[in-house]
Amino acid sequence: MTAPGPLVELAAARKDYGTVTALDATDLTVVPGELVAVVGPSGSGKSTLLTIMGTLSRPSRGTVRIVGHDLDSLTDRRLSALRATTIGFVFQQFHLPPGPVVDAVADGLLYRGVARRRRRELAERALNRVGLADRVGHHTHQLSGGQKQRVAIARAVLGDPPLLLADEPTGALDSHSGNVVMELLRELHHDGTAVVIITHNQDIAAAVPRRIALRDGRIVHDSAVDVVDVADGVDVADMETLR
Amino acid sequence: MSRTRPARAFGPRPVRRPRSQPRPTRMKAADVLRVGGAGLRTRPTRVLLSALGIALGVAALIAVVGVSASGRENLDRRLDALGTNLLTAAPGKTATGAAAGLPPDAVAMVARIGPVEAVSAIGKTGAKVYRNDRIPPQESGGIGVYAARLDLPATVGTSLAHGTWLNPANEGYPAVVLGPVAAARLGVRAPGPDVQVWLGRRWFTVIGILAPAPLAAELDTAALVGWPEARRDLDFDGNPTTVYTRADNASIADVAAVLGATANPANPNEVEVSRPSDALAAREAADDALNGLLVGLGSVALLVGGVGVANTMVISVLERRAEIGLRRALGATRGHIGTQFLSEALLLSVLGGAGGILLGSAATVGYSTYRHWPAVVPPWAMAGGLVATLVVGVCAGLYPALRAAHLAPTEALAAA
Ligand SMILES: Nc1ncnc2c1ncn2[C@@H]1O[C@H](COP(=O)(O)OP(=O)(O)OP(=O)(O)O)[C@@H](O)[C@H]1O
Ligand SMILES: [Mg+2]
Repeated sequence: MTAPGPLVELAAARKDYGTVTALDATDLTVVPGELVAVVGPSGSGKSTLLTIMGTLSRPSRGTVRIVGHDLDSLTDRRLSALRATTIGFVFQQFHLPPGPVVDAVADGLLYRGVARRRRRELAERALNRVGLADRVGHHTHQLSGGQKQRVAIARAVLGDPPLLLADEPTGALDSHSGNVVMELLRELHHDGTAVVIITHNQDIAAAVPRRIALRDGRIVHDSAVDVVDVADGVDVADMETLR
Repeated sequence: MSRTRPARAFGPRPVRRPRSQPRPTRMKAADVLRVGGAGLRTRPTRVLLSALGIALGVAALIAVVGVSASGRENLDRRLDALGTNLLTAAPGKTATGAAAGLPPDAVAMVARIGPVEAVSAIGKTGAKVYRNDRIPPQESGGIGVYAARLDLPATVGTSLAHGTWLNPANEGYPAVVLGPVAAARLGVRAPGPDVQVWLGRRWFTVIGILAPAPLAAELDTAALVGWPEARRDLDFDGNPTTVYTRADNASIADVAAVLGATANPANPNEVEVSRPSDALAAREAADDALNGLLVGLGSVALLVGGVGVANTMVISVLERRAEIGLRRALGATRGHIGTQFLSEALLLSVLGGAGGILLGSAATVGYSTYRHWPAVVPPWAMAGGLVATLVVGVCAGLYPALRAAHLAPTEALAAA
């Protein structure tokens, strides 16, 4: 888990979708073992930032390094392999396939050349880790939303990636299930995984050591950088003077 | 956290051991099949319907090939039983158009050709045959009355269905053997001492009924009487009208070449020599045109089935964008995704192909049983059906697979 050097380095990263600039002038470093919350209004570029960090899309401009690899130097194939070994994803909509829970989790290592028997072994262990050992034989459609998200987390961390990216993991859950999921993410962080969570929930953000605020595609606040914690809503010009 | 720091630019980094570039792993064949199969299992109705298209196409092809192969096998077996070494010589028309005859000693002369094993003959008489003496003379039912030599059935390769053949004891008496069609037309079901037909203005006793003679179909509609009896009572001139010749298989062409001149030395060009087994095979081969048409139709059905599979797969790719995005997030390469959808298309069409082979074989067996043929489905046809299915599967799956593979992961995830 303790890779030398940062997991993610963004330098002047920018992402354009046609005429829309979803992300601009973004510098960001995530080191192993961090727990980071990304907040910001809808459309501010949070998901875009996450997909760039997760190598699901390449920046239109700027540099992105993942565990030291410059994205520009990697082909799509190699990028996929990098994702398989380094990054786990959790989404708001779970994205679980129909079928047995254990197989859904085992898919987490499908693209890493691990034999099926071994995948299922690890899957059972991972389900145990997320507190769903008793649901191994169930089908995914028999689970509650909170349980589904825990299964999705088990799948994401099956290969022990050093980085876990979660896009509104509690967004589709009631507050109790949301708390259970957050507790789980905190445990993973405690065990050494770097976790980046996008959230709209102020309470969740407040309980996380590092907070990054986005507005109109720019980082307007990063608690690891800024000495003063500025309230959300400060405009960009103000932020520049703060830096 | 204490170790974080601003990263506006990449400053000097602590020296890291050089990292090798990450390499994707190849999916195991079992995993490819499982993932492809899982995609199909979740949509069973759609899968069955689009596999059915392929199945019908393959079934049509297999059935056409199978039925035609069964028919050919049946013909081969019949020809094996009948022998392909029978030649017939019949008088053609003279230059003036009148019916020609063969000289009375034609049989004896043909028998002198070296490789000839057996010779027999029939001679057409002018007589007519009726069910009884009250039928108007013009209603002769198309039955020809022939004088027949005693060795006719052995030479032609036919046998008696009922009763007995002519023999030296009765060939000079009013006894008749009927071809199967002639018997039916005359209403004779079985021969017997009291079964008589009105032939040449007198009563003839029916002593036998022939089995069908595939190599001499003219006998099926014939009434056959002894040679001496025909000469005596039916104004028969003694000229054979068809000479049947069995010759050594190896020399059959040589015999055919001299048969005309031997049977009728005076007018060799008037003799029509033919090999009935060839005619039989040719008649069967005439079905090939129909078979070609059916194969064409089957191919079109297969093609339409392929279009169905392609359609199913394209829809499947559209519906499963989120799944594709997720798989990319789990580390699937474009190749992995493409392979998954291609294997799905292949499974789908192989499923259809296997069903089609079963269906086509069943149809072949059913039809062959109905026709009393041996059922034959050539292994090459089954292999061909499977190969055609695979080709169709690849063609139908390629475009959807490429589409799935080149879907941007973010776009795929956003579609959910
Ligand atoms: N694939 C895309 N094509 C075009 N525009 C896009 C695409 N993805 C995002 N955008 C635009 O980029 C901007 C940032 O989108 P993003 O999804 O990153 O916002 P977000 O902060 O995650 O919002 P939310 O909280 O609603 O999820 C938005 O204006 C959005 O419309
Ligand atoms: Mg978002």
